[in-house]
Amino acid sequence: MALDQSFVGRSYPPTAPYEVGREKIREFAEAVGDANPAYTDPEAAKALGHPDVIAPPTFVFAIAFKAAGQVVHDPQLGLDYDRVVHGDQKFAYVRPVRAGDRLTVTSTIDAIRSMAGNDILDVRGEVHDEAGEHVVTTWIKLVARAAEEA
Amino acid sequence: MTAKIAYDDVEVGTELPAQSFPVTRATLVQYAGASGDFNPIHWNERFAKEVGLPDVIAHGMFTMAEAIRVVTDWTGDPGAVVEYGVRFTKPVVVPDDDKGAVIEVTGKVAAKLDDRKVRVDLTVTSAGQKVLGMSRAVVRLA
Repeated sequence: MALDQSFVGRSYPPTAPYEVGREKIREFAEAVGDANPAYTDPEAAKALGHPDVIAPPTFVFAIAFKAAGQVVHDPQLGLDYDRVVHGDQKFAYVRPVRAGDRLTVTSTIDAIRSMAGNDILDVRGEVHDEAGEHVVTTWIKLVARAAEEA
Repeated sequence: MTAKIAYDDVEVGTELPAQSFPVTRATLVQYAGASGDFNPIHWNERFAKEVGLPDVIAHGMFTMAEAIRVVTDWTGDPGAVVEYGVRFTKPVVVPDDDKGAVIEVTGKVAAKLDDRKVRVDLTVTSAGQKVLGMSRAVVRLA
């Protein structure tokens, strides 16, 4: 069933702050096999002009996707989550995420489309730090595949 | 931001050093833990096949994380990445053996932009198939 177009433009309340820890960044960098010292060594990060270790570019996805759960699981929207796949992903950075950040995410439904029975949902996440400064915008495109014919 | 590559030293068509990233079942378990994405299609073969996949597949976000390394290793400073986007076109299928799969990434400067920025287009394949489409990053160079 096609999703209700009237949800386009709807924003959800900002999430509680997520505190970015050095060891969580290290764990993520190790999991993707990336030995760049900017992720683990505060001195190396400072030499590049960052106040503390920074996170790999895609690290913030987990925070934004959790926030998008408000949209995905909104019973009024009624997305069939069991049929959802990740279509596109995009990030635009004002600055890199870094250790010590306390990040909140405000999710907004940018678009809802229906194509060949698939529901396509674009969720934008605006990520801000504790001072209210904009850090990164994330765009998550989710595709709920059409239910198979019985 | 202190990229080690100078804007003036690159042109449209400049190729970035290509890289290959191996991915095994163990890699996926580790990534699941670090990212918090425990979808069983990334570690449970029985479940993956039940939902119509050929086998366990890598997290799309894992592939996305590997692909940008061609850019961040080139610039030195990962903080130089201004934009990064991909389309997930085909899954990276990871068999249950010692070798797993390999993600191959090449990159090329596609455009020189204002403010010392360039757009890099990435080509990302596994087993000869393109797994990411529209894979593009904008980076600020020195």
